Amino acid sequence: MHLSVVDAGLGNIKSIKRMVEHIGGTADIISDPGELAGAEAVLLPGVGHYDYGMQLLHDGGWVTPLNDAALVRRIPFLGICLGMQLMCRGSEEGTRPGLGWIAADVRRIETGGDPRLKIPHIGWTGTHVDTPGDILPDGEPDLRYYYVHSFRAVCDNPGEVLCSADYGPRFTSGFVSGNLRGVQFHPEKSHRFGMELFRRWLGLAPS
Amino acid sequence: MIRHRIIPVLLLKDGGLYKTTKFGKPSYVGDPINAVKIFNDKEVDELIVIDIEASRVGRPPDFAMAEWLAEECFMPLCWGGGIRTADDAGQLFKLGIEKVSLQSAALADMGLVTQLAGRHGTQAVVVSVDVEQSWLGRQRLRTATGKDKRDWQDVVRAAAAAGAGEILLTSVEREGSRAGMDLALIGEAAALVDVPLIAHGGAGSLTDIKAAIDAGASAVAAGAWFVWQGPHKAVLITYPRPEEIRAIWGH
Repeated sequence: MHLSVVDAGLGNIKSIKRMVEHIGGTADIISDPGELAGAEAVLLPGVGHYDYGMQLLHDGGWVTPLNDAALVRRIPFLGICLGMQLMCRGSEEGTRPGLGWIAADVRRIETGGDPRLKIPHIGWTGTHVDTPGDILPDGEPDLRYYYVHSFRAVCDNPGEVLCSADYGPRFTSGFVSGNLRGVQFHPEKSHRFGMELFRRWLGLAPS
Repeated sequence: MIRHRIIPVLLLKDGGLYKTTKFGKPSYVGDPINAVKIFNDKEVDELIVIDIEASRVGRPPDFAMAEWLAEECFMPLCWGGGIRTADDAGQLFKLGIEKVSLQSAALADMGLVTQLAGRHGTQAVVVSVDVEQSWLGRQRLRTATGKDKRDWQDVVRAAAAAGAGEILLTSVEREGSRAGMDLALIGEAAALVDVPLIAHGGAGSLTDIKAAIDAGASAVAAGAWFVWQGPHKAVLITYPRPEEIRAIWGH
């Protein structure tokens, strides 16, 4: 599947395209919302403040075509980091409503009072697969991804939890609901573990 | 269980990779892109690349080099050196850099830290603080100009308060030495702020890394340990294997 990476001004996108191409896939960076109409698979990246992210999506005219791709055409859709959070109803970080596709709210990380656990949570963290056979590799003994965040999604439906990570109390670090997926970590910066995720999601051959 | 990051620091000068000792005596190490490819293969946690010339000679970041490195890097990349304005930083983020490390510009105006944190998130902004010993044995702030007389502790606190997501703390005495880290300095700095502290300067073994973490650092950065081998500083890029790293965290 060819990948369209949304460039709404929300942060690091080149590294996503570069990793997908490195594993034999193809990707375009699209900065015109009109291009979503022809997309086969869409990735919404994002880094930054929740309200600023939603503002960029609204101001850039992205919301309607994104809704169409995700909810009407139901093509494979992946949100990364803030992109994942924007797929939820809203966030404690801001006041603007999110895209509202996933029955989840975004809340600040709770570290359970351990002073060694700093916020933002920055670094490689062991990641537990809650929905096997999806886009995360199964049976990897040391599965880890690179996280950089202060907030995390809390799903209403435990069945939609794709994966989780331990940073203080275990938190949801990925969700899956039909064609919609989101991950809190950065697969594009998680070397072979990220490559494996993209391979599985885009249906690319193993290297 | 936390996996504390172990971060190679690469120093750029004239388009090449160098290693310094106590911030002086730059010694050629190799080609930066080749080094990044090797670090990819070794699955390093993260990389910090610092252009050690840019601020000294007053030129902007080497954007072309930043873009090349970002394209080769399948792990997080932090860029330091020459960043003077929000536009400099914004351009680096656009090229695929995850974090910027500020020093001269932050010392001149912590408002830049606040502005960048507001726009790109606190996780994208690192403030780098260098500490050296005065001839009286007192730890003091080291800056490019040498004219800033603030206490280093005040600068660390001010950086975190302004919105820095991490503090990169370098001990100038230990830099390039592989002789162990300044644990007292690390402990004091970590207690000043809630944000992660990246300790830098002196790491020469996994035991040193563990000691720095136990002293309060959230992550450890090192240069010489990853590029020089043995007492004669033979250039060879290395990085501990995942199972060696897991062993020091006890899992």
